[in-house]
Amino acid sequence: MAKEGVKLLDFWASPFCMRAKIALGEKGVAYEGQEEDLFGGKSELLLSSNPIYQKVPVLLHNDKPIVESSNIVTYIDEAWPAPPLMPACAFGRARARFWADFIDKKIFEGGSKIWMSKGEELEVAKNEFIDILKKLEGALGEKDYFNGDTFGFVDIILIGLTSWFFAYEKFGGFKVEDHCPTFSAWIKRCMERESVSKVIPAPESVCECVVMLRKMHGVE
Amino acid sequence: MGDEVILLDFWPSMFGMRLRVALAEKGVNYEYKEEDLSNKSALLLKMNPVHKKIPVLIHNGKPVCESLIAVQYIDEVWKDKAPLLPSDPYQRAQARFWADYVDKKLYTLGSKVWQTKGEEQEASKKEFLDCLKLLEGELGDKPYFGGETFGFVDVSLITFYSWFYAYETFGNFSIEADCPKLIEWVKRCMEKESVSKSIPDPHKVYEFVLQLKKKFGIE
Repeated sequence: MAKEGVKLLDFWASPFCMRAKIALGEKGVAYEGQEEDLFGGKSELLLSSNPIYQKVPVLLHNDKPIVESSNIVTYIDEAWPAPPLMPACAFGRARARFWADFIDKKIFEGGSKIWMSKGEELEVAKNEFIDILKKLEGALGEKDYFNGDTFGFVDIILIGLTSWFFAYEKFGGFKVEDHCPTFSAWIKRCMERESVSKVIPAPESVCECVVMLRKMHGVE
Repeated sequence: MGDEVILLDFWPSMFGMRLRVALAEKGVNYEYKEEDLSNKSALLLKMNPVHKKIPVLIHNGKPVCESLIAVQYIDEVWKDKAPLLPSDPYQRAQARFWADYVDKKLYTLGSKVWQTKGEEQEASKKEFLDCLKLLEGELGDKPYFGGETFGFVDVSLITFYSWFYAYETFGNFSIEADCPKLIEWVKRCMEKESVSKSIPDPHKVYEFVLQLKKKFGIE
């Protein structure tokens, strides 16, 4: 295995894979990316290195697998300590983990409810999603980043998920910026970072992916 | 050091128990506050406005929510005694993975066992036991999930033991029959004072679940 023995099993549209790629980028760690065909057929390597969940991303470091995206980002931060992605104090780290857990529980599932539903259900899903973003806006406060002055753990956990917002906005008939301008400003600020802009796909491409998912789920 | 540590908790919560075990492992004195979940205290709602759930650890007035996050916090703050997470990044990632697996699977599957009947219950029992067998496999021949010493995954899982009697009784099955090594591990953990003092009597938990079933009209 070349490139410092680091390989990432990836899928271009996965906001969870984006987390790993951004973290590696922030640390300046070179890696070999392997695109997985999630709909056609998962590779043997994926199935053997993540037998329990059989999902991407999987980080292989000198052939040893690490799975679950938040866990992968934590591992990257600990294996390559500079620059640190987490606050220095224990309470700051607990707060960061709390918001990462909140994001994990709420955003992707909340967004999926939007593109999976219609009519009244869609309205409810849209309003719930906006409430979730407002809670995050509260956590961000006046800071440049969720991590404070510097881009860090929670920013990395969240930013990839925003590449799916264009699709949610299209199917939900709303604009995030109208409801959460501070949040939108934070997105733009993160997108200026090379580690982020390099890996975030064009929202229109993600939208095409969601159109396909809607068909697969029989949503018209 | 004048540390003020408060734990907002609910006695049968396997999540709250994790913090009790961790604090006991570290020898930390704390004030235990029992919450009435049908009438949550102003303190709980203030300290955990997002989820409004227990357990909440309040350390010098600052809240830490979500049990695994709080256990990690306890491990980091009181780091000079009984380390729960290993120091090697890969081993730490493995420990976090298994604790997260327990979180994702065991509560939901266990709940299904006591909340369902007939075919649905049979299916839930099988999934639940499969989950425990996977964990048993991960334990292997080690005395603890943490290796030679009691660690993060042990804390995450041992508290579910208090609910085993309830699961077994309502599901009419024996966990020991399918997972004997796991029950050996349970007994080993229960020999530790930090564990045995933090975990309620499984028969009391059974009575509690019986009340829940009556309250929610589950036969």
